[in-house]
Amino acid sequence: MIVRILGEGQWRIEGSGQNELSALDDAVEAAVAADDQEQLAQALQQLHDKVRAVGTEVADDELADSDLILPETDASLDEVRALLNDSDEGLIPS
Amino acid sequence: MAGIFQRISLIFRAKTDKALDKLEDPRETLDYSYQRQLELLQKVRRGVADVATSRKRVELQANGLNTQVDKLTQQAQKALEVGREDLAREALTRRSGVQQQLTDLQTQHAQLQAEEEKLTRASQRLQAKVDAFRTRKETIKATYSAAEAQTRINEAFSGISEEMGDVGLAIQRAEDKTQQMQARAGAIDELLASGALDDPTGTAKDDITRELEQLASTSDVEDELARMKAQLGAGPAGSPQAIEGGGQAPVAQPVQNQTYAPPPPAPSQQPPSQGDLR
Repeated sequence: MIVRILGEGQWRIEGSGQNELSALDDAVEAAVAADDQEQLAQALQQLHDKVRAVGTEVADDELADSDLILPETDASLDEVRALLNDSDEGLIPS
Repeated sequence: MAGIFQRISLIFRAKTDKALDKLEDPRETLDYSYQRQLELLQKVRRGVADVATSRKRVELQANGLNTQVDKLTQQAQKALEVGREDLAREALTRRSGVQQQLTDLQTQHAQLQAEEEKLTRASQRLQAKVDAFRTRKETIKATYSAAEAQTRINEAFSGISEEMGDVGLAIQRAEDKTQQMQARAGAIDELLASGALDDPTGTAKDDITRELEQLASTSDVEDELARMKAQLGAGPAGSPQAIEGGGQAPVAQPVQNQTYAPPPPAPSQQPPSQGDLR
């Protein structure tokens, strides 16, 4: 499984590392649902730390899509919602 | 598993593919995408330069504020030396205001520096991926017909469009941050220019400096007066000596002549002593 942290690159995570991420994902979902910015930042920070701890960085010249994309730790609730909003325009600046 | 981030990843892919979903011949899509990638590389490099410019501006301002802090400290010191506690207090109060601004600037500086490093890394990553994409693109164009190419092309896009989307967001975030900081930097420039913080070149004088200088010149006058008075006091006591001792007289005499006319010495005694000197 490949995980991207926005603005920081991709990590490859094998085996049991994947399960460890699921619990943290729930925490982020709860924070977004509860409109809790502080909890969101905390949950994201824990996720990033975990990804770095259990994953290996994907080489710069490797082209692969990610299975999961994590926002930056300082992402606001609005920014996370914007990422989840599929009616938004393309992400590549024209 | 991992519901929210999977969703983000799917939506992300859909959004980034939007920009490339335009052309008929799939092989053209490769060239079109490659052009977009090169444009994006330019953009991210410009982004790095913009952030660096903002960072340098913040550094200059921080230097200006540091000068202010030093100056206000010295002013407080001077004010205390001349017994003006009120002025010293005013200077220290201002200093704490300037220090607050300085702390804010330092935070901004750290943020900009982090942003700059992130974008620099993003630009390196994108460069490596664009190079890898170009190799794939050339292989596909050389090896497959338009009909066969579609699957290969879809594969070629994996990773690169996601990277482009990520870099696109990073540029957007960096722009937002530098704009916010420029607005705040503008406010500090105005403060520095208006003299509320005085300007770092020290050409415009603030009110504390003016008052201290006034005090200094007043006390110079007082010192001079005191010195003259002391000499006056010494004058009458000294002149008899001058009259008596021929050798000592010339040293004291010129001053005495300027500030105080001593009782005319006996003409018979004076000429020899002046003659001795010349």
